[in-house]
Amino acid sequence: MNGARHRQWGGGLAIYAFAYLAFLYIPVLLLPLFSFNDSLFIAFPLRGFTTKWYAAMAADTQMRAALWNTLKVGATASLVSTILGLLAAKALTQSAPLPSRGFVLGFANLSLFIPEIVIGIALLILMTSVGLPLSLTSVVIGHVLICLPFALLVLMSRLEGFDSSLEEASRDLGENAWMTFWRVTFPLVLPGIIASLLLTFIVSFDDFMLAFFLCGTDTTLPVYIFGELRFPYKLPNVLALGAAILIASAALIALAEWARRLGAEGAARDRVIGA
Amino acid sequence: MLLSPTTALLLFALAAPIALLVLYSFWTQSGFNVDTQPTLVQYATVFTREGYRTLFLRSVAISSVVTLVTVALAYPIAYFVAFRVQRAKFTWLLLLTIPFWTSYLLRVFAWKVILGFNGVINSGLISLGLISRPLEFLLYNPTAVVVTMAHTYAAFAILPIYVSLEKIDRSLLEAAADLGDGPFRRFMRVTLPLSLPGIIGAAVLIFVPTTGDYVTPSLVGGSDGVMIANLIQVQFGRVNNWPLGAALAISSMAAVGIIAVSVTQAARLAVARIR
Repeated sequence: MNGARHRQWGGGLAIYAFAYLAFLYIPVLLLPLFSFNDSLFIAFPLRGFTTKWYAAMAADTQMRAALWNTLKVGATASLVSTILGLLAAKALTQSAPLPSRGFVLGFANLSLFIPEIVIGIALLILMTSVGLPLSLTSVVIGHVLICLPFALLVLMSRLEGFDSSLEEASRDLGENAWMTFWRVTFPLVLPGIIASLLLTFIVSFDDFMLAFFLCGTDTTLPVYIFGELRFPYKLPNVLALGAAILIASAALIALAEWARRLGAEGAARDRVIGA
Repeated sequence: MLLSPTTALLLFALAAPIALLVLYSFWTQSGFNVDTQPTLVQYATVFTREGYRTLFLRSVAISSVVTLVTVALAYPIAYFVAFRVQRAKFTWLLLLTIPFWTSYLLRVFAWKVILGFNGVINSGLISLGLISRPLEFLLYNPTAVVVTMAHTYAAFAILPIYVSLEKIDRSLLEAAADLGDGPFRRFMRVTLPLSLPGIIGAAVLIFVPTTGDYVTPSLVGGSDGVMIANLIQVQFGRVNNWPLGAALAISSMAAVGIIAVSVTQAARLAVARIR
């Protein structure tokens, strides 16, 4: 193999990689940039620095209500989907594989392969058929469904390296099932639980499509933003809000990835000790 | 037993709604109520009305282009991280996935801001003196939809391809080199075929949800970029013809599923023959 040519290829690839990162980041970073721009229009040249859009955003009571709704939905959906995911992941990663393992996993991940609009209208039909009014509760039901694959992914990978002899030892020493879970299983799975809570919260916080069909009059933040996009004079407020959301969600994701990595390293270590 | 809460949720929030959706597609709307006499009239409308067929074909065409472009752009990045990056793999993967986790709606909005008549590109080029009048072909057309989706769905391509490249046994590459294959032949005969599962996975993960995307065509598509999801939404909103909306959703989902499965199988067969 020609070494010099190989290195040249590598150099070209690295340049491409950085160009691609620019393609991913520049559009997103324009939102914070223009959110400090003293102009109603999102256009160059920049007019000067201002924080008035942030002040306007903070004073917007409708937006605050939508934010509060979104946080409530996100907290509930992430908690419920993580608990369901933990129970299911525990059952699916047992040393004696369940006969229904593949079926349940496929069923749980199915929502990833159905366009969100179809899930949205199907749940809308369900709610009207069973007579449940559209509210934040119906949004939570939809969000738990779409959060479940993410919770399962994170928690199953954490539980797969789990040494079940630790639980057996706890039971042999006289702890009941609940105390065994609480004192042995839970602390070992904790990094995975944190990662799952954060990721599912983000999935719920981000979702527009399901909330659009299911929230009724209890607007969530993405639904509120989508409504605001029709009014050009409100765009700077959306920019300020968007910038705040971008920074908060990037921080949450970095935290979730860090927790997951902590978990992965822990799981690898457990396996080594087990062997 | 641990699985029962999750199974119950999946039955209630996924299986039942989809079953109801199918049921609805055989009913008819009469005023504000639905007539539950089973009929195929909705499907007859879906398949015979020319406007619907045009819209469906356009959705499939746009999604196909999006899939090709996104996978082609993402492959070199996945290759770079899998084979060239030595120690900072985690950092690269994190950098590539963070934008994916930040609000989908805001990323689409960012492109609207970039491509708009008075947007970032136009105002930037005008203030640099490169053009005198804003370019009108940037926003509100299928190309704008493709560009936006190639950005918003990037992570769906990068991650599966990266995982399949990372799995490749490096000794196979050495063997190919030892047997006299140059870098290009080696890539075509070893790396590319072995990364095919990742490419297929990425293609399905992009093609299926983009055909049902509502936000992107609504915000950047304009009237030429309207897709099937917009039509479905209208049936559940302004037009208030839920059975027709259900039939549109079911038939487009079925068609997309058939296309995805047959293209995947064809790709597998083609590669098996090349090898």
